[in-house]
Amino acid sequence: MTHAAHSHDLQRCRELVAQLNDYLDGELPADLCAELEHHLADCPDCQVVLDTLGQTVRILHHLDEAPPPALPADLEARLLARLRAG
Amino acid sequence: MPGPTIDLSIYADEAALLAALRRHDPDACTCLVKRFAPLVYARALRLTGDPDEAESVLQSTFIKVCDALPGFDGASSLGTWIYRIATNEGLMVLRRRKPQIALDDVADNLHPEEVPHQFQAWSHDPQRLALDGELRAQIERAIAALPEQLRVVVLLRDVEGLSTEETAAQLGISPGAVKVRLHRARLRLREALADYLAARSEEHA
Repeated sequence: MTHAAHSHDLQRCRELVAQLNDYLDGELPADLCAELEHHLADCPDCQVVLDTLGQTVRILHHLDEAPPPALPADLEARLLARLRAG
Repeated sequence: MPGPTIDLSIYADEAALLAALRRHDPDACTCLVKRFAPLVYARALRLTGDPDEAESVLQSTFIKVCDALPGFDGASSLGTWIYRIATNEGLMVLRRRKPQIALDDVADNLHPEEVPHQFQAWSHDPQRLALDGELRAQIERAIAALPEQLRVVVLLRDVEGLSTEETAAQLGISPGAVKVRLHRARLRLREALADYLAARSEEHA
């Protein structure tokens, strides 16, 4: 799928991509937010990029909630031996 | 040789574990390692990308933890405190490496890998997906493939939850550089996950 499917100026989309992160983190100034939201309402591709970028960030935030793999046994044994040696 | 097997529930309560550690109960030390070492090692491996360096981070972290335990004031949870020490140890290992080629921090100048190419929606709940083993493997591979200067920033900010200012202070760079690198890292990870997640949302449509 290509971005050219829409009538938007690709350069404009690229400029706005640079602001998506600040927008997601709530750090984009209000006037730029309004401008971005105006563009998003009319550009499905940029809307998808924003949504999926937000999902990417949420996946990263939850990455360490699942239990990590157990420590390899030899590595654990070396660590315990090191700690017991003082 | 398999590691010792102990009943982890004996020190389920953090205060009980701390008290046992302070009286040098050997089971308490094993319990501490069993409970916290897996994530310390997993994070060190992500940060350094090298099993030997990750083991060195693991060992130095627990040595520091044991040395500093008498002064641990319990202002944060034991886990938070240990993982903070681990992050510092990991960053120290990275600093000892040869200097990296400086990244171009100009925000407008995205690399080809950062310019969005994927415009297909994902339809899954990302919180549920975080527990999906295959997705975890995908994201771990994508993180490992990032250039070190982008990888470190996204790990500190988005995985370990440091603020922009804390990350900047840890890395000795400006908050602006943290933001630019974070954005570039997130765009690369989005692109890397898009093939997998867009395909899955089609499957489940």
